[in-house]
Amino acid sequence: MSAVLTVEHLSRSFGAIKAVDDVSFVLRQGELLALIGPNGAGKSTCFNMLMGQLKPTSGVVKLNGEKITGLAPRQIWRKGVGRTFQITATYSSMTVIENVQMALISYHRRIYSMLPYAHRMYWGRALELLDTVGMADQADRHCAVLAYGDLKRLELAVALAHDPKLLLMDEPTAGMAPRERIALMQLTADIVRDQGVSCLFTEHDMDVVFAHAHRIMVLNRGQLIAGGSVDEIRNNPQVQEVYLGGGMLFNAAEEKADA
Amino acid sequence: MGLFFAQLLTGLANAGALFMVASGLSLIFGVTRIVNFAHGSFYMLGAYVGYTLMQVLPGVVGFWGAVLLAGIIVGLIGVIVEICVLRPVYSAPELFQLVATFGVILVIQDLTLMIWGAEDLLGPRAPGLKGIVRIMDEPVPQYDLALIAITPFVAFALWYLITKTRVGILVRAATQDREMVGALGVNQSWLFTGVFFLGCALAGLGGAVQLPKGGADLLMDFNILTSVFVVVVIGGMGSLPGAYLAAVIISVLNVFGVSYMPKSTLVLMFLVMVVVLMFRPFGLFGREEVAGEHGQVGEPERPIKPAGLKIRLLVAAALVLLGLIPVMGSNFAVVLVTDILIFCLFAASLQFMLGMGGLVSFGHAAFFGGGAYVAALFVTYAHTPMELALILAPLGAGLAAVLIGWVCLRSTGVYFAMLTLAFAQLLWSLVFQWGDITGGDDGLVNIWPSAWASSNMVFFYLTLVICAGGILLLRHAAHSPFGYALRAARDSSRQAEAMGINTKRIQWVAFAFAGAMAGVAGGLFVFSKGSVFPNELEIARSFDALIVVFLGGVKTLSGGWVGGASFEATKDYLTRFEYWRLALGLLIIAVVILAPEGIVGSLRKLGERTGILNNAEDKR
Repeated sequence: MSAVLTVEHLSRSFGAIKAVDDVSFVLRQGELLALIGPNGAGKSTCFNMLMGQLKPTSGVVKLNGEKITGLAPRQIWRKGVGRTFQITATYSSMTVIENVQMALISYHRRIYSMLPYAHRMYWGRALELLDTVGMADQADRHCAVLAYGDLKRLELAVALAHDPKLLLMDEPTAGMAPRERIALMQLTADIVRDQGVSCLFTEHDMDVVFAHAHRIMVLNRGQLIAGGSVDEIRNNPQVQEVYLGGGMLFNAAEEKADA
Repeated sequence: MGLFFAQLLTGLANAGALFMVASGLSLIFGVTRIVNFAHGSFYMLGAYVGYTLMQVLPGVVGFWGAVLLAGIIVGLIGVIVEICVLRPVYSAPELFQLVATFGVILVIQDLTLMIWGAEDLLGPRAPGLKGIVRIMDEPVPQYDLALIAITPFVAFALWYLITKTRVGILVRAATQDREMVGALGVNQSWLFTGVFFLGCALAGLGGAVQLPKGGADLLMDFNILTSVFVVVVIGGMGSLPGAYLAAVIISVLNVFGVSYMPKSTLVLMFLVMVVVLMFRPFGLFGREEVAGEHGQVGEPERPIKPAGLKIRLLVAAALVLLGLIPVMGSNFAVVLVTDILIFCLFAASLQFMLGMGGLVSFGHAAFFGGGAYVAALFVTYAHTPMELALILAPLGAGLAAVLIGWVCLRSTGVYFAMLTLAFAQLLWSLVFQWGDITGGDDGLVNIWPSAWASSNMVFFYLTLVICAGGILLLRHAAHSPFGYALRAARDSSRQAEAMGINTKRIQWVAFAFAGAMAGVAGGLFVFSKGSVFPNELEIARSFDALIVVFLGGVKTLSGGWVGGASFEATKDYLTRFEYWRLALGLLIIAVVILAPEGIVGSLRKLGERTGILNNAEDKR
């Protein structure tokens, strides 16, 4: 299968601390790839570089062979990358469906239009997307009163609005109840399978990771220490040490690196 | 060389009072997140109270005792204000409190007038420091030297208090995260009160200590307010060393400006500020300050829907009623409603960018007055007919907004607000000091509408059509993709950027659009009055619009014009009385306390509670 995302020698330092250190990997078409690692391992830094929020110190990120390092988040989005945030980011003054409509309006490059009513635009497509994540019945609710799990699902619908080739999800199930976690990841896995999207996600919950990921990469202290299938990772002694505690790995000084 | 040195000393001496007032404002903002518009008023009170005390207390001890006492008394007045006016509204939507402090300005202005009269007071000279010293052959007042010596002590004492004492730790902690401080068991309300006392006392001290140099007058409050804002912004909000450095820079610059470039004194300070903020968007020693970074206070904003048929019919009926005014009402009513309509469009244009875009501008008058001056200048120098001038006004104002917005939008939050204020002041001083072209203080006169629109009645209809049309256009824009994208950028710029929206650019366009709409109002204003004066550009005009938007309800669509209409009508009625500021100030404070959601927001709430209106979320 062809490579959707290629990351080559990606590094980022904050002062003397190397938050991400020479990370290289490939995400293949239709793959659900998990990036795991303890707190402070550099997962979020890595993500922010992929999405353009943060400039890498060195290294290259390619989307379908095209270099996207140095582009702004909105330009990367236009190239077909959707993302969800670790802490949900939605438009709290709008209704649920308007959040999705906003993404569709932007996708069709209509944001400077002053003539039509925005709440009537792309309504049908927005409802379809909400249906995909099981939120159609809440379409007209005020976004600010939603439960956290519903916000996460809404964010997923928003991220899917421009038919992305690649989905980046930063801790998609953080802050959710165990049952909700499994459900959301199942939903994501279904979308990846049905729509041919590729997905990279970070996650702390090993049950979720082992149940759904096609392949896993382990990040520790900014470096990739292992990568492979679920079984390989489960039985890797180095990974076990990182997760079950080798004692010296969690120095306070190094935890800052993820900030 | 001697003159240069002497001027440097004068500048340093002037920096003393400025620093005290600025550090007070900075402290209050840091802890309570309130931009205290009334800070200049406390400075003025300090001067008046100090003056009275100096009449009573004799000698050297009396003089310095009076200065100290003035500080303490003003601090206590600040405590009263904090407890009575601000405490009830801390939980209101953010920035709403500044409306309350605006009410306080009005109240203090009239109370001062009542107690001390309208005459300027000449400050007594400090006993023992009445003479001058010759330094390099140049005369330097002894009192200046005393001030130069005292200020570092005040600064040091303040620095010690903030960095070394337990109180200081609490204050700094509260500046960073006041919720956490509350969770750790610190009584927040008394911490706020304490900080308010300290901040106001510093302002009072500053007012009293400058008495021998500047005396006391009723314009002091607004005069110092701009300088203080500039100082705080250049130095960085919440930074004491920054405030000191900036106070010195501004004061020294002013002294040199007066002697070398007398025409540019007013502009100079704002130019410095703009330059500093271009390179350091959060001041010399400041950090990023986002309005609302501590989470939304109060209810989240509601989704919007275009008006239903019932409301549309109601609006149409109201417009017909308005149209009947020239037929039924007196000539006075026609003129008054014309004024109100123009002001409503001005307020609605600010509402659009403030409410939809979260862009709090303290200088929206730049575009109202700007539009007015564009029209007036074209009529005066190019004999442009009214019809064309009314088109050129928004174009000019819009162009100004494009340029000003480009600079201002580099900053966010309070810094953005201050930059807009600075540009409005810049424009004002340009108009004020460039008398050859703009007429300066005398303004531009004899700008009348074209013959066909010269009767009050016809001009009224013209105004009605343009203003109602403008307000409806702004309202429609709010429901269009553009308005939605603007709200998206405000609600979550992170998400908006991640879905392809260039948030800065959309805000820039909104800024220009709102500026142009204010320019429309400005153009109409000139022709309705036949003249324009620099005060259409001044801070008070910007504040009027700001106050009105908050009073009407910043989280509603119609807050701007509803607030504008109520405010203008009330003001028109109250200005017939001698102490109208007092009454208006108290009224504003009352509205702020009783209706923290603004007029429209509170009426909507009332409607929902009584069941006249229904709230979609309640039904679930």
